[in-house]
Amino acid sequence: MHTLDSLDAESRRTDVPEFWPGDTLKVHVRVVEGNRQRIQVFQGVVIRRQGGGVRETFTVRKVSFGVGVERTFPLHSPIVSRVEVVTRGDVRRAKLYYLRQLRGKAAKIKEKREPVGR
Amino acid sequence: MLNRNYRGLLGTKLGMTQVWDANNRVVPVTVIQAGPNVVTQVKTPDSDGYSAVQLGYGEIDPRRINKPMRGHFETSGATPRRHLVELRTADAGNYRPGQQLTGEVFDAGQVVDVTGTSKGKGFAGVMKRHGFKGLGAGHGVERKHRSPGSVGGCATPGRVFKGLRMAGRMGHDRVTVAGLTIHAVDTERGFLLIKGAIPGPDGGLVFVRSAAKRPAPEPAAPVAAAAAGTGEEASA
Repeated sequence: MHTLDSLDAESRRTDVPEFWPGDTLKVHVRVVEGNRQRIQVFQGVVIRRQGGGVRETFTVRKVSFGVGVERTFPLHSPIVSRVEVVTRGDVRRAKLYYLRQLRGKAAKIKEKREPVGR
Repeated sequence: MLNRNYRGLLGTKLGMTQVWDANNRVVPVTVIQAGPNVVTQVKTPDSDGYSAVQLGYGEIDPRRINKPMRGHFETSGATPRRHLVELRTADAGNYRPGQQLTGEVFDAGQVVDVTGTSKGKGFAGVMKRHGFKGLGAGHGVERKHRSPGSVGGCATPGRVFKGLRMAGRMGHDRVTVAGLTIHAVDTERGFLLIKGAIPGPDGGLVFVRSAAKRPAPEPAAPVAAAAAGTGEEASA
């Protein structure tokens, strides 16, 4: 299991912040158009993290012009230039597939309230 | 008469993982601990009637080598190795006994065939072993859903034909996967990264060889002196 860790370490990135399902992210994606490259921001709610190690992926869902859009990114993908956590969500599931059935205010996720330091 | 050049190397399958390529796409790779191999014998048309290189790989306790094999290794000047394999290649004269070979015999982008021993599946039924469809799930089929069905006629021919595919031992066969691309060669750690899956369990012995159905590689660079064994194997 661990024989290839040294090889995988080259593919893994260390600059990905900690985030969990329910959090709202801004994913800065490198888009290549011909020989030009630009950054596109995909903002939405993380509905799942899947897999482990170098092949871990996460899925971000947003509603764009009334249509739900989900994108799955490899966590260590080089096409993701930056991941920014916008809000921390307070959810009770690891996979938030129920959001697909919900619209508008019902699909809103409560923001996590950090425990007040004592 | 064989007049094709082959490069070859024995190694250990370490497992599969994924890496990113230059276009940021995922490449599934099998990692092979390739070498170091040692040339234990060079066969030429003059001495043996054909040209080939015998490669040795793997550590072994020297006490476990019997006398005939010990003599064979002493002739080549190499320490005893666990596995030996013969590589038929026209450029065998460019190798020297005792010469060390590493993953550098291959370059990224080259196409290879990989031979290994597949995982044993034990006694397997016809659906798993031969891809039979089995019988129906319903329509009156009772307790026979994975069975082969009929194995032949009645009084004519009055027997079951030889070679009829039936249940039996499956796997643990020598399997060669042809036409795999070498994604990268990691000389530091001695890894070969080969795109795609190769036969056998992790830790199994595999033989990587230039693809038979692609243009042959350049002949290996000749080794100057018999005092070779520096691991130098300049490739084309």
